[in-house]
Amino acid sequence: MTVGGWRPARIAEVADATPSARVLRLTVPGWPGSDAGQHVDVRLTAEDGYQAVRSYSLGSYGAGESIELAVDEIPDGEVSPYLVRDVRPGDELEVKGPLGGYFVWRPGGAGPVQLIAGGSGIVPLMAIVRAATDASASASFRLLYSVRGPENAIYRDELARTVDPGGVAVTWAYTRSAPSGWTERVGRLDDDALRAAVWESDREPVVYVCGPTGFVEHVADALVRLGHAPGRIKTERFGGA
Amino acid sequence: MRAENAGSVVDGNAAAGLLSEVFRGDVTMLVGVCGGCGAEAALGETVVELDEVAAIVRCRSCTHTLLTVLRSGDSVRVVIGALQEIAHR
Repeated sequence: MTVGGWRPARIAEVADATPSARVLRLTVPGWPGSDAGQHVDVRLTAEDGYQAVRSYSLGSYGAGESIELAVDEIPDGEVSPYLVRDVRPGDELEVKGPLGGYFVWRPGGAGPVQLIAGGSGIVPLMAIVRAATDASASASFRLLYSVRGPENAIYRDELARTVDPGGVAVTWAYTRSAPSGWTERVGRLDDDALRAAVWESDREPVVYVCGPTGFVEHVADALVRLGHAPGRIKTERFGGA
Repeated sequence: MRAENAGSVVDGNAAAGLLSEVFRGDVTMLVGVCGGCGAEAALGETVVELDEVAAIVRCRSCTHTLLTVLRSGDSVRVVIGALQEIAHR
C-alpha cells in the first residue's frame, strides 16, 4: 500500500460526462500506480492560503503517471463546482494516494463478483470493470448501475460498449426517468430488481456496493435479506442522501 | 467518486488519507474490536462523520466512538475512544 505525502498534479484533460459531472485526467509525476477501486485525496489551495481537501475515487487503475477522476457537482459544495465548472487543462492541484485497501479488486479470485453502483458511485467500480476486462475475468462479473435517468450515467458510452463479447454484463436501473422503450419498472432498487440482476447468493459472490450513504445502506440491507453474507459485501459511501 | 464529504456521514474509506498521516500504510483493512459492544469490523466499514477539522469514527453496530481524528494545520492527532483492539486479520 503506497500512500506517501502530497504530490503536485496537473490537469491534462477535461471531458463532460453528464450535465453535472466531468471526467478529469491528471498527470501526477512519480505516481506509483494504483489498484482498481482505490481513491485519492485532492487538496486545493486558494491564493490566500486556504486549503480544502476532498476524497475522489479513481476511475483508472494500474501503472503510469496519468490518473482519472470523475467528479459530480454538489451545487452548494466548496470544491466540486470548481472541479466540474472551472478547472481547465494546465491547472495545478495536489493529490495524496493511492488510498484504501478495503474497497479494492485484484485479479486472481475465481468466484463471481457483483458490482452495484448508485449515481457517481460508478467511478471506483468502473476501475474494477476495466481491470476485470483487461484481466479477461469479465465473464464472472456483473454490474448493476442505478441512475436517475440515462443522461445522468457517468461512463454511459463506455459501459454500452463493454457489453460486447469479453466485457462485463451491465444491468441498468432508473429511479426517475427511463429511456424510451424501457419496459422495466422505474424507481428505487427493490428486492425483486436486486434478485433479478445480482448473482445468486448460493454462488457466494463478492459484492461491491458504492454510492450515496442512503443508497448503500438500502442495498446492503436488501442483499443480506436475500441471503448474501455480510462478510462478502464490501461497501463505500460518499455521503449525501 | 466520494464527492463533497465535508460535514457528511461517510465510512472509514474516506478517513484513509487523514489516518495515513499517523499510521503507516493503509488503515481501511485493519480490523478493530469495539469496546462498547465487541463487534469486529474492518475500519473501512466504520461510520465516519467528517468535516474540515475532524473525523469521528464510530462503530457501525453500537455507534460508540472508536476514535477521533483531529486535523490542525499540517498536523493530525488521533484520540482513542472505545477502540479496544486493532489488528491485521
